[in-house]
Amino acid sequence: MVRIVSFSLTLLALMFSLASASDPINVGALLPMTGSVAAFGQMGWDGFQTARKIQPQALGRPVELKLSDTKSDKVDSANAMSRLIEREKVVAVLGEMISGDTIAASDYSERAKIPMISPTATNPIVTQGKKFVFRVCFIDPEQGRVGARLAIDNLKAKTAAIIYDISQDYCVGLKTFFQREFTQSGGKIVSETMFKTGDRDFTPQLSRIKSLNPDVIYAPIYYTECALIAKQAREMGLTAPILAGDGVQAPELMQLGGKDVEGLYFTAHFHEDMVETPIAKKFLELFRKETGKELDSYSAQAADAYFLLIDAINRAGSADPQKIRDAIVETKDFNGVTGKITMKPDGNAIKAMVVNKVKDGKFAYVTTIMP
Amino acid sequence: MDIGFATQQIIYGLTVGCLYGLLAIGYTMVYGVLRLINFAHGDLLMVSAYVAFFGIVIFSFPWPLAFAGAALITGFIGILIDRGAYKPIRKSPRISALITAIGVSFLLENLALVIIGGRPKPFPIPMLFEGSLSVGQVKLPILSIWVLAVTTVLLMIVLAIINKTRIGMAMRALSRDMETVSLMGIDVNRVISFTFALGSMLAAFGGVMWCMKYPAIEPFMGVIPGLKAFVAAVLGGIGNVTGAAIGGLILGLAEVLIVAVQPDWSGYRDAIAFCIMIFILLTRPTGIMGQKLPD
Repeated sequence: MVRIVSFSLTLLALMFSLASASDPINVGALLPMTGSVAAFGQMGWDGFQTARKIQPQALGRPVELKLSDTKSDKVDSANAMSRLIEREKVVAVLGEMISGDTIAASDYSERAKIPMISPTATNPIVTQGKKFVFRVCFIDPEQGRVGARLAIDNLKAKTAAIIYDISQDYCVGLKTFFQREFTQSGGKIVSETMFKTGDRDFTPQLSRIKSLNPDVIYAPIYYTECALIAKQAREMGLTAPILAGDGVQAPELMQLGGKDVEGLYFTAHFHEDMVETPIAKKFLELFRKETGKELDSYSAQAADAYFLLIDAINRAGSADPQKIRDAIVETKDFNGVTGKITMKPDGNAIKAMVVNKVKDGKFAYVTTIMP
Repeated sequence: MDIGFATQQIIYGLTVGCLYGLLAIGYTMVYGVLRLINFAHGDLLMVSAYVAFFGIVIFSFPWPLAFAGAALITGFIGILIDRGAYKPIRKSPRISALITAIGVSFLLENLALVIIGGRPKPFPIPMLFEGSLSVGQVKLPILSIWVLAVTTVLLMIVLAIINKTRIGMAMRALSRDMETVSLMGIDVNRVISFTFALGSMLAAFGGVMWCMKYPAIEPFMGVIPGLKAFVAAVLGGIGNVTGAAIGGLILGLAEVLIVAVQPDWSGYRDAIAFCIMIFILLTRPTGIMGQKLPD
């Protein structure tokens, strides 16, 4: 009798463990697959999927990615987040790619106590005062500072004109940080002009900038608008070099801008030429094989967000959101595709920054700047 | 502000204005005949852009053929939209037609999104339209000359069709009283189809020129120009073709000049357009060229 009971108990336990072993861990992928920054969402998705091929499991259970499209829109981003949490029952969320949408979505995840890791949202407000929001990238005060140094030291600029998108948190924030550093270092901002996401005609703004003849144009904006601005600027004979932020690193910049974006400098997260560590090489190889594309910052950052989350789930030893969150905060010297990542208690990562340049229709690596 | 700067801005403003005008003519013609604001009109701009894009890039047609194809296919889609979406509810209250128009607009946008995807594509600009002439300090883009010329010619053709031909006469009659016209033995549906085809082809020309000027095509590219063209049509007096063209020019000039003079307002260009519309609706509800409403 005892034997039968113990046998059936063992069987039950075995069945239970089998069931939970095959039970997938649901992870949300909150990405702008359509809309004004669709390129970032699709590059991010490539990154997640390739990373999942390398590490398909956590705690011996398969990891399932639930994709939710934010349409590059703040309201849709918040809705997509609530859908992931309420309906898909995700234990953690990876995304969004841009700051405005991440801020909009993070309110919901913070209240639901679901950890979220953004690959590339750089605005400082993204993680401010939040316990469950993290990122694996540098933040804009740093980026603005490096941008200003680049303008002054490398481009020998004394005057700068800024053109930015007032409807994006990223653009407004980065513009302020650049301005602060540039004026503190003795430079002068001669003009600040703005536009709204989706605008296609920048001729009045650029004519204004042309009449003031600045040494450099700082454009902390996204790729579509940046390409069109470069095109329209060159067409009207405005030849000042253009300096941008990480928001322009998409193939669309060259496709839309053509020869007019040649020589454009920008601060970025990553460049393929940086790849050194074995894990990064392995990822790069698989990524090229799977997608046939070159590895860009957005895919690499997305992969790091994924790897970091899987690492945290394994260290937590449980798929409980609170425990995952505690494990993410303790991440130290994590070896990612884009380099070493150490998480600070405020949810921001300590990361190196890269300067890239458009050369012969490609992104060329210029230098790495340590924080 | 010196004279060169001002001339330059006027050239930019006129170019944008012509494009708004071309779209606005289509809006106004459909309204004139059916009393319907065809909100899907702006999306026809996107359709024509994609047709021309695929014609050149995928099938490698020479550009005149691709552009002509874009105009014809867009015109045909205009007829399809009328037959499929508006004809079945011709006798319904006007609000149903308006909501259907918004539905068609969403349908076209999301169809393009599903079929083609959301990432912007670069539009290949034929050599003939590239470059610019320099007159003193002022730069005159070749494309602006084309836009001005094409708009003027098309406006003339449309006016000639409306005022000089039998089908134009039928269109004018239809805008007065649809029932009486059908009693007179005129095939109302044929006239309406013709109106849609003509309006859609104008949108196609506008679309092709729009994406040569701003060469990034994506599924939602027609929304803002569509709204602006609607404002232009209201501004000029909805139902009036010349008014629509003038409304477009005024809107384009106002947007560009206000931002050039007052760069701090550059983020509020759309707001400027809609403020102009509100102002016109308050002071002159029938627009600049519109007839006075009977008391």
